[in-house]
Amino acid sequence: MTDKQIDFTQSVSADGAVKLNSFTAEKSYDILVLGGGPAGLAAAVSAHESGAAVLLIERERKLGGILKQCVHDGFGLLRFKERLTGPEYAQREIERFIATEIPYVLESFVVDISHNADGNYTVCTQSAAGMKSYSCKAIILACGCRERTSRQVFIHGQRPAGIFSAGTAQYFVNIQGTMPTKRCVILGSGDIGLIMARRLTLEGASVAGVYEIKDMPAGLSRNISQCLNDFGVPLHLSTTVTEVFGTERVEAVAVEKVDERMNPIPGTREVIECDALILSVGLLPEIELANVLKIPIDPATKGPLVDQSLMTQAAGVFACGNVLHVNDLADWVSVSGETAGHGAAAYCRTPRAFSQSAVRLEYSKGDFLYALPQYLDPAASEPLTLFFRSRADVKGKTITLSLGGEKAAFSKKYRRLIPSEMEAVPVKALSFGDRAQYSIEMR
Amino acid sequence: MEIICIVCPNGCRLEVSGEGENLQITGNLCPKGVDFAKAELTAPMRSLTTTVATVFPAFPRLPVKTRGEIPKGKMLELMTKIRTIVVDNPKKVGDIILPDVFGTEIVATAELAI
Repeated sequence: MTDKQIDFTQSVSADGAVKLNSFTAEKSYDILVLGGGPAGLAAAVSAHESGAAVLLIERERKLGGILKQCVHDGFGLLRFKERLTGPEYAQREIERFIATEIPYVLESFVVDISHNADGNYTVCTQSAAGMKSYSCKAIILACGCRERTSRQVFIHGQRPAGIFSAGTAQYFVNIQGTMPTKRCVILGSGDIGLIMARRLTLEGASVAGVYEIKDMPAGLSRNISQCLNDFGVPLHLSTTVTEVFGTERVEAVAVEKVDERMNPIPGTREVIECDALILSVGLLPEIELANVLKIPIDPATKGPLVDQSLMTQAAGVFACGNVLHVNDLADWVSVSGETAGHGAAAYCRTPRAFSQSAVRLEYSKGDFLYALPQYLDPAASEPLTLFFRSRADVKGKTITLSLGGEKAAFSKKYRRLIPSEMEAVPVKALSFGDRAQYSIEMR
Repeated sequence: MEIICIVCPNGCRLEVSGEGENLQITGNLCPKGVDFAKAELTAPMRSLTTTVATVFPAFPRLPVKTRGEIPKGKMLELMTKIRTIVVDNPKKVGDIILPDVFGTEIVATAELAI
């Protein structure tokens, strides 16, 4: 990797005090991209190609984001028409990014963002070299998502060592090369948990089983097949872990079947000996920085509310990738990065506020888990790509998108829609017609 | 019989009926599904992705994969071979890490720059 990294200069004053206003004046940029994973890399390249002066900020030592540890394949079928592993997908995006010579900083953590009176933003970072601040017209949030932790799952018993999120276990195995378990139980059937069931089995551990509280798996069906069935790892639906045993280290867990209200069914309790409990219980958009700016969040996606250019309700702050909603494919993360990159560059040329006349997307919460972008703004620059997830496992349903008077801006009959598989609907022409209407229906 | 196609994230549920000449496969969105189901019934193949050890403390594992596919039943056997490898020099994506294994080879999937 050719390093176009910016050198830090000490920015702590002589008496050792850290003063935000005493920093060496940094070059100001049109756009700061926060995050160097697939969303941020694509956003930075697109914004740069649209003529904006971009700086990318990454907190880790290397670019690529979580793809670095996703050594399994299945990435890139849409974007590259090839089956790539996570690191290969990342490498392609990194090489495209490096070729543009966009400046970037590594091992720098954004600690604060403020909105100035002149409409610009000041982004404050912390690194080994000290604190630094940058001024910019627009910000692209590309900080990905994080895993739900054991604190967000209700389990009785002790809290010994040996309870890991699936991503942490993946980091231990794939990045550090250490084994976090000899025999484990996996709680939750999210894709990372399924991938880790296979990964740990290949590395010689025994996976006693994957336990899912719901009556259907959370992960992709191909992962149930190739990660569990291929290796004889059992999947137990409507079953959950209700207690953890062990003082220093996990010694066993209790599992129980649950009824349709997810309450444990008496008499179904079983104790399984293991040295680790691995949690794959879902991902949440990383919205800490959005919260700093008090950006309104959609309770359905758990990410910011955005228009079709992926601008949040804070003028000039865009969101893409897993900050926006948890995607099932990296390919869509890159696509949303491009949308945000183009959108932010257009904003820098013609600043705009989130328009009062933006039309809110309407959909039935009974039919859809979520859909986005949540707003259609006539002032936004980018063509609409609508993403949605079905609430239930349904067959033969027709999805119709209505824009203004036009009934069928998009209409398609789907053979099957399931909550774990996201659908994307690209809409070329965009006209509101006479009525301001933006809705999707499932029939 | 239902087989889930693992070729792409669509994960088509393939319905397989009949035998030999009368083999019928439905539920596939593309022709790859038919090939996958046929292979699955006769000689199932898988690609294997894993990591190998390196001598570099800042980069202790290098991600690798089989360039092609290997018989499904040989994955654990191949893992024992892969576990003996220690990489001690820089690698680029696609560099061969272990040649001639079950008709294919193990290649690097990440850049190992020192």
